[in-house]
Amino acid sequence: MKFLLKTTVSLGVLCLTAGAAFADCGIEGTGSVRILGNDFEALRLVNTTAEECASGTVTVTANATAEHKNLQVPALSINPAEYTVAEVANNSIVPLLNQDLIRPLDDLVAKYGASLQPNQLIKIDGKVMAVAFMGNAQHLFYRKDILDKAGVAAPTSYEDMLAAAAKIKDAGLMEYPVAASVKPGWDLAAEFVNDYLGTGADFFAPGSAELSIDNEHGLKVLETMRAMSKFMDPDYLTFDANSIKAEYEAGKTAMMVEWGSLAGATIDDEGAAEGVVANTVLAAAPTIGGGTIPAAALWWDGFAIAKNISDEDAAASFQAMVHAISPEMVAANPAVATWLVAGYEPGPAAVGVIATANGGARAYPMQPYMGLLHTALSTELAEFMAGSEDAEQALADVKAAYDTAAKEGGYL
Amino acid sequence: MPHKTFFAFILPSLIAMILFIALPIVSVVVQSLYVEHPRVLVEVQNCQPFGGCTTEVRVDTAAMAELKASAPMGQFNGLGTYFNRGHLAFSEVGAILATNSGIGDIISRIYNLPFYKALAFTLVFCFVVTPLAMTLGFAIALAVNALPKMTKGPVIFFSLLPMIITPLVGSLILYWMIQPNGIIGASLQHLFNDPTLSLRQSPALTWASLLFYGVWTNAPFSFVVFYAGLQTVPGDTLESAMIDGASRWERVRYVIIPHLMPLATFVALVQLMDNFRVFEPIVGFSAEANATSLSWMIFNDLSGDSQLFGSAGATSVLTIVGVIILLTPVLIRTWRDFNHKVV
Repeated sequence: MKFLLKTTVSLGVLCLTAGAAFADCGIEGTGSVRILGNDFEALRLVNTTAEECASGTVTVTANATAEHKNLQVPALSINPAEYTVAEVANNSIVPLLNQDLIRPLDDLVAKYGASLQPNQLIKIDGKVMAVAFMGNAQHLFYRKDILDKAGVAAPTSYEDMLAAAAKIKDAGLMEYPVAASVKPGWDLAAEFVNDYLGTGADFFAPGSAELSIDNEHGLKVLETMRAMSKFMDPDYLTFDANSIKAEYEAGKTAMMVEWGSLAGATIDDEGAAEGVVANTVLAAAPTIGGGTIPAAALWWDGFAIAKNISDEDAAASFQAMVHAISPEMVAANPAVATWLVAGYEPGPAAVGVIATANGGARAYPMQPYMGLLHTALSTELAEFMAGSEDAEQALADVKAAYDTAAKEGGYL
Repeated sequence: MPHKTFFAFILPSLIAMILFIALPIVSVVVQSLYVEHPRVLVEVQNCQPFGGCTTEVRVDTAAMAELKASAPMGQFNGLGTYFNRGHLAFSEVGAILATNSGIGDIISRIYNLPFYKALAFTLVFCFVVTPLAMTLGFAIALAVNALPKMTKGPVIFFSLLPMIITPLVGSLILYWMIQPNGIIGASLQHLFNDPTLSLRQSPALTWASLLFYGVWTNAPFSFVVFYAGLQTVPGDTLESAMIDGASRWERVRYVIIPHLMPLATFVALVQLMDNFRVFEPIVGFSAEANATSLSWMIFNDLSGDSQLFGSAGATSVLTIVGVIILLTPVLIRTWRDFNHKVV
């Protein structure tokens, strides 16, 4: 009995304190907030902050899963939609736009979006379709001590990296000085997209779905990727972003192009060999072929609100998400991501992404047929990277595979 | 059994088979004949945090919704998807056959086409793994059968482990073991005295590891079936063979194998079907660069940023056709045996 009393009291206290926490979220009206998004630290933080908005009249649930891209279109197609909020990025918003599954947010921004900055608003045809809250890019991580020992300056281009890698290898400092995530599939295609963006050329003929990578820029990119692979661990074709982070932390490699969102976990005190963290420098993504812009795609992560839900749910969802990405949340968690929110003071893990963005890197393209190209690249470049095919053939294969898919998708 | 009773008896299974097997296959076949509507594209102003505002192409969703409402399946493409480069690639193969510099050139260029590349590995996997796994399973069954009763239970349990483990998990375990810092990878490096030896980097070694995995994971099924079969071998025949002076090998060759032949046909049938659908080890071994299979192609079409249902449907139908072609000789043989027995 005494135990029961204690439990009741503590539960009551819990409810009261929780209620106090809910109060500052201040959602007007009732509604249900159901979030679908990818599964990484920054998004989990956003989701838990949004969950603070749960109250007697508002329910908040979140599903953070790596399978979000496969879930989002079917889940938002039904009416009412399974999720009210989709956390999206440059690429994953495209299927939602193509199928007309997300709603314009202009009225909600005007009513509840006072804390948002103009550059956070993703506008398509003049209408706000999503709100971005963090940026990400692949950029250069390098070991200052190893480069100093080899007597080379900090690399700023892929050509510098190749020269530095040759020196490090010749000096016997490291067997495999370079690492990149080139596992066939999404990673390999992303690597090509990064480098091709760095050449300044466009993937498609203006205003059409006609592919235009079969040129000297495409060849230059492939040539560079092949040259880099000579300095990589021979198992490079099985390495994704997490594997190269492990290689780097183990002190086996001196330079890698890696996601900015993994920088925090790389330079923390956990998991790294002696001397790796202290000597790690984060820099802008390298340029390519004498170009001036960093060869990396800039990504934003943001949220969009489903179309097939009631206006009350949409209003509640928007308010919960604005609370979740509030300047207060960002001020309390500056190290978790490269936030795009007002008042963000970049931490040491964000310098690489910011240097890449300031260097004028281009955003990952949002054309509706970009996903088809990404898939074509992900399978057709594998043989080239394995060394069993030449660059001309690889580009011709990519074009043939893309054309086949684009015809089936109704774009050509 | 009267026809009416028989019909009532199998009706539930018949309904289940139509609902869960026949209808989905019909839907896949229909799906494979359609492609998406031509997209109505418009140029719009597009603003985002990086790079400001640019003019970009978008799909006109209102116009697309109208098209979709008038013809929800998409546009009819007939067998077009089957013949395109992603599948049978008739025009590409025709061009290769028309202009080439010898048989080697023909093979390497056809192998460059995704469907044929996948088919090559799928067939090799089928025809290498099936006989090897059956042989290994039979050998294990013979060995276990000769064990004293006490030890049989635990040995059978351990022999079945590869089949009990989820295929993806099993392939991941083996994949980690063959990494240079894994137990098999490191031992091989030591054995061949080559610190750069890695089973993951060359196509041939990747194929070898995948085939090894296939035999490892498929052997227990053959073992179970053959072990059950061994319990039915007539003791009289074996004894008379022994009295006639047959050695152990001769008894296996002339008594046991003929007795188990019908079972072997059944095992071969199931294993060929299973192995034609090889998928998990390719994902588990991260072997996409060197080996793809038909099932992997379907997976690839359906995952990622854009999904190609027509293409996936066409590959599925081709897989079914492939299974039918593979099984035809075995089925014909079974049919003949059956007729033979009736007569």
